[in-house]
Amino acid sequence: MKALALDLLLAMRGSARDLLPIVLVVAFFQLVVLQQPLPDLGRILSGSLMVVVGLALFIRGLEYGLFPIGETMAYGFARKGNIWWLLAFAFALGFSTTVAEPALIAIAEEAAKVAAGGGMIADTEAARADYTLGLRITVALSVGAAVALGVVRIIKGWPIQYFIIGGYIGVMLMTPFAPREIVGIAYDSGGVTTSTVTVPLVTALGVGLAASIKGRNPMVDGFGLIAFASLTPMIFVMGYGMLI
Amino acid sequence: MDGLLSLAATAWATLRDILPIAVILFGFQVFVLRRPIPNLPRVMLGFVYVLIGLALFLEGLEAALFPLGRLMAEQLTDPAFLYAGAAAGLQPCWLDYLWVYAFAAAIGFAAPIAEPSLIAVALKANQVSGGTISVWGLRVAVALGASVGIALGTFRIVSGLPLSGVIIAGYLIVIVQTLFAPRAIIPLAYDSGGVTTSTVTVPLVAALGLGLASTIPGRSPMLDGFGLISITVMCPMISVMGYAQLSEWRARRAARNHAARAGSTG
Repeated sequence: MKALALDLLLAMRGSARDLLPIVLVVAFFQLVVLQQPLPDLGRILSGSLMVVVGLALFIRGLEYGLFPIGETMAYGFARKGNIWWLLAFAFALGFSTTVAEPALIAIAEEAAKVAAGGGMIADTEAARADYTLGLRITVALSVGAAVALGVVRIIKGWPIQYFIIGGYIGVMLMTPFAPREIVGIAYDSGGVTTSTVTVPLVTALGVGLAASIKGRNPMVDGFGLIAFASLTPMIFVMGYGMLI
Repeated sequence: MDGLLSLAATAWATLRDILPIAVILFGFQVFVLRRPIPNLPRVMLGFVYVLIGLALFLEGLEAALFPLGRLMAEQLTDPAFLYAGAAAGLQPCWLDYLWVYAFAAAIGFAAPIAEPSLIAVALKANQVSGGTISVWGLRVAVALGASVGIALGTFRIVSGLPLSGVIIAGYLIVIVQTLFAPRAIIPLAYDSGGVTTSTVTVPLVAALGLGLASTIPGRSPMLDGFGLISITVMCPMISVMGYAQLSEWRARRAARNHAARAGSTG
């Protein structure tokens, strides 16, 4: 118990250092550039304390929970040797972590407003809700497919650059044909889908798989799942915009 | 009391985010892999830590930093601040926005340093590379890339350059670097783009983009406010590969110097 508390205190010192740059930037611009006092200093201090404690707990949680379970499961699937279960798991992980992602919900609602404003769908509550849900499912499907494809790449040991560069060339080719209003949202949807819980899990899964398959190098083959997950939503969202 | 209530709401929202993941993990573990999880109590403790940690983290950001960051983005893009020095009636020029670029670059560097997913990937990369990739080296390389990316993205909104042009030019650089960068860094570099734009960076950056696009005459928040994130995803790929190329080049030069010195003395 005492060891745990000490461990957390150490982690908190690290998180305070991580948070310091943001605090300095915000304070500098507020006091020097905009020349305004910091509003509600007590709230800022208590909030910053919460951020520091929260980040420290999260980092320890990664090391105790998310990383080990990601790796244990990767070893388990590699030993079981059934690729279909592994792919089902990869797809389910990608889909389920994305469909409820708050950042994605926000961006999908924004996209529905743009689409309604551009006359692509009827400007009613129901049409917008339909569009939002359709977009969320599209992106979640694309992330699920991306993680599954990335797992196949790790198993086969294919070089990642052909996929990623090929994918971005695909994005470029689609851009002129997609509705102008959707392009910015499609590009951004790639970045927002990978959440704070997904990233450590998926990274541990990839690295664990590469480490437990003979002939694969965790550094060269283990990373790259997130790159797939940030690329495919661009393609799928533009495709969605072109179809609807 | 209000604070406690909103903390409970955030904890509930985080639980709802984590629950489907936990169900899938434990479901596959129990029904498909059919193996006990080693160290189960510790793993459970880890999940509890992640849950409480994320809730506190998000709540603290929402209480302390986000309102100020958003307010700042609004104030910096406010015409009253922007054109205070300029004669009235003149067409604003891109130079009037220097403080905006400075803020974009500064927050673009600071936010990824506090980004939990980036810390996670940096820890893993350090462990997998056997210490060759330092945790701070990777985080600073990514933060520098994001800093340039966000500054470039705000400049694009101000100047009205087409988004696809910037993206195409950036990915051409990525392709050329891929040909020359050390092979082991490429997947990690590609990952670092998507990892950067997460819990801390996205809300701050999105506020800046929308604020700018709604202030500048002739820009629409719908068309121009978006796109900042995609430039922020792209630039860390370039900076991480650049960092690896630079360290490889320095190692090679050091080895050559060493060899030359050994040759002259021996």
